[in-house]
Amino acid sequence: MSIDMHMPILIVDDYKTMLRIIRNLLKQLGFDNVEEATDGSMALTKLRDKGFSLVISDWNMEPMTGIQLLREVRADAKLKDLPFIMITAESKSENVIAAKEAGVSNYIVKPFNAATLKQKLTTILGNF
Amino acid sequence: MVMARKQATDKELADKLAAVEREGRDKPVDARELMAMVEGIVASMEGDLSPMSIKLYSELEQLAHFIQKAKSEIAQLRPDEIRDQHLPTATDELEAIVGATETATNGILNAVEQIENLTAEMPPAVAEKVSEAVTQVYESCNFQDITGQRISKVVKALQHIESKVDGLLSAFGDEMTKHRKDGASQGAPADASKQGASGDKALLNGPQLPQDAKGQADIDALFASLG
Repeated sequence: MSIDMHMPILIVDDYKTMLRIIRNLLKQLGFDNVEEATDGSMALTKLRDKGFSLVISDWNMEPMTGIQLLREVRADAKLKDLPFIMITAESKSENVIAAKEAGVSNYIVKPFNAATLKQKLTTILGNF
Repeated sequence: MVMARKQATDKELADKLAAVEREGRDKPVDARELMAMVEGIVASMEGDLSPMSIKLYSELEQLAHFIQKAKSEIAQLRPDEIRDQHLPTATDELEAIVGATETATNGILNAVEQIENLTAEMPPAVAEKVSEAVTQVYESCNFQDITGQRISKVVKALQHIESKVDGLLSAFGDEMTKHRKDGASQGAPADASKQGASGDKALLNGPQLPQDAKGQADIDALFASLG
């Protein structure tokens, strides 16, 4: 079964440049329905307002961090099964463990490359 | 008469100690005051000092001198200048780096996005190679986020140091003011990075912060004004 390349994806990062990079890489992979948020609380509002198929979020943001967003998503009955990828510079084991315990679908460490992003998306969504 | 004088001295000492106790809640005891009190205590003993007491007095006196000397040496390091000039300057410079790399990265992304848009007009084989190169540029631009986060950590560390130096200055109180005046009278240089520099070296200021930097128009005007 092929995946929907028009699926709505929400990318969350407080660095506008990083949002732009992720958006461009997703576009290169064929995903053309990408929205942005600059912190966890903005992302949560968007997620509750509109149905997204995937979240790609940074960790280190204010006022709501990526891990807080993840916990809110998993605690929300309507959002709890939403695929959630963390893309972050937080590379300590304790971070990965905490994210895993919070229910993250996959974890990418910055700086990352397009191949890694594609690989993680394939793991979650299937081949495309 | 001797008894009356002793009682008066005791009361005076008791009053001083009470005052120190009250003030000590807000600021450290001044070493000179401490010395004066120790001398007062010894004087009030009217020759009843045992060898142990004399040794204790000597130790206390040395301790007071040591504290005074240490405070003087720390004050000469000019912690007020560190707090007021060097740390804020370092923080501003680091924030300027973040701003500059962000601007540069966005410029690179603008250019690369235009190139990517042109791939539709390129022969497929060429377009594929160009797309691969564009992807590599996107990947490389990750650096801006990473450096930004690293610099933010350094800025936070500097702010922590700033608060500690601030505490040190509060503890020093008037002594700092004295040293500041002394420093000013000696014409102490404001920029530590240029201390001791003269001639051409004194002109090495490095890039200016955006708010301080002159634009090309300013330079042209200045240049023209010099004849």
